[in-house]
Amino acid sequence: MSYDPRNLPEHPDFLWANPEPKSSYDVVIVGGGGHGLATAYYLAAHHGITNVAVLERGWLGGGNMARNTTIIRSNYLWDESAAIYEASLRLWETIEDDLGYNVFFSQRGVLNLAHTLQDVRESVRRVEANRLNGVDAEFVDADGVRELCPIINTDNLRYPVLGATYQPRAGIAKHDWVAWGYARRAAELGVDLIQNCEVTGFVKDGNRVVGVETSRGRIGAGRVGLAVAGSTSTLADLAGFDVPIQSHPLQALVSELFEPVHPTVVMSNHIHVYVSQAHKGELVMGAGVDQYTGYGQRGSFHVIEEQMAAAVELFPIFARAHVLRTWGGIVDVTMDASPIMGRTPVEDLFVNTGWGTGGFKAVPGAGLAYAHTLATGQPHPLNAPFSLERFETGALIDEHGAAAVAH
Amino acid sequence: MLIIDCPHCGPRHEQEFHYGKQAHVAYPQDPSALTDAEWARYLFYRDNPRGPHAERWVHTAGCRRWFNVVRDTLTYEIKAVYRAGEQPPQEYAALARPRGGVPAATTDQAVDPGTADTTKEA
Repeated sequence: MSYDPRNLPEHPDFLWANPEPKSSYDVVIVGGGGHGLATAYYLAAHHGITNVAVLERGWLGGGNMARNTTIIRSNYLWDESAAIYEASLRLWETIEDDLGYNVFFSQRGVLNLAHTLQDVRESVRRVEANRLNGVDAEFVDADGVRELCPIINTDNLRYPVLGATYQPRAGIAKHDWVAWGYARRAAELGVDLIQNCEVTGFVKDGNRVVGVETSRGRIGAGRVGLAVAGSTSTLADLAGFDVPIQSHPLQALVSELFEPVHPTVVMSNHIHVYVSQAHKGELVMGAGVDQYTGYGQRGSFHVIEEQMAAAVELFPIFARAHVLRTWGGIVDVTMDASPIMGRTPVEDLFVNTGWGTGGFKAVPGAGLAYAHTLATGQPHPLNAPFSLERFETGALIDEHGAAAVAH
Repeated sequence: MLIIDCPHCGPRHEQEFHYGKQAHVAYPQDPSALTDAEWARYLFYRDNPRGPHAERWVHTAGCRRWFNVVRDTLTYEIKAVYRAGEQPPQEYAALARPRGGVPAATTDQAVDPGTADTTKEA
């Protein structure tokens, strides 16, 4: 194919409009990432609420949505977590039809490796818990791991692979296409997606929020929903309440493109790396969080170094791969490694945060539940257990064992 | 990679240290008197500022002693290092009264584990 450089092809149509903000909306969602965009879509599609604005400080899907490793699974331990992540996974299974848009959802399965006897016990327990909750799961031994992912080195490493949990319906999707798919449909349904619009304060009438101050002026709101991940503490501070969140840098990286060599998703909490191969061919790897809190959207080199050591030990054929780029995001970590979604001490102001290192997989399910919460003022059954009050009642949902990254 | 100036050993790489979260969070003097909400604040709520933050570090691979650091969480610049039991420099004095710790009413009488430097040289 040759083309005439004097006659370039037409620029494709924009997927959404770029409107000026109106003076007020029924619902204002702060944060134009996956969670904010999905929430706007479900508000319009399920609740008929279309007088909605999504306010984004930067560009749509440019925060953690652009920085995660796109792993989707629902094999969490506790009933509350299994419910919301499995609801999310079921939505992923129909999302392309729902949105009329390809998000490259690929159910290639996830292996969560067990490297010690205690890992094996914990894994078997989690598999049984998953089955009771209707989540597909099985425990496979080292031979089973090699059968599913032949490039894994199971024996010749410091902590041999003894087995793994396997969830066949898990997989990956293209994160940017997910954001675009939700944004496109939400905009078609009448939602205003307003970029370069930073929220700088909240307008209150007594203890009720009635609007937000932004870099583009004051915008009135019937209800306001925060969906800003690592920036939640900063915004909650402006609104006059606290959240039990610590914001940590989390890094990831990709290699250059390779032929398909890695057929599934592999995660190891014990030696700490998680790897999949993107559709285009990059090896996508995630690291652990930096131990200190931070907002710098960058992490420490030694964290990447440790992650690469683990990756090369597990996958010796990666030894000659080159790192193409590394980056960091800011994740919102809670003490029990579970999210917070629901009411806040400020009336008509709602919060969706605390997804820590695993928010991407939850985008559809969290959007669905948060839309219900914003539409009705009441939590959906899926997010009722994840209230801010649980830190006072003690009804914590301790998912440290099943969370993506040790925090 | 942070270079942390341990008050006992001098500057060392971040990998020699462990992070001990927010500094100056006092254990409540009378825990049984706290309400559930106050107890929740003591256990689960910590400051999470975008900017200077007073925090504890321990020099695990060195002298194994705890000390305090004021670090900017946006630039990762270390603004001050001071020993356990000491107060931060004057300009960061407000950081020694964390909002996220025990309720203010009990903070004054509360036991600050940092007031006695148990690691001080004999």
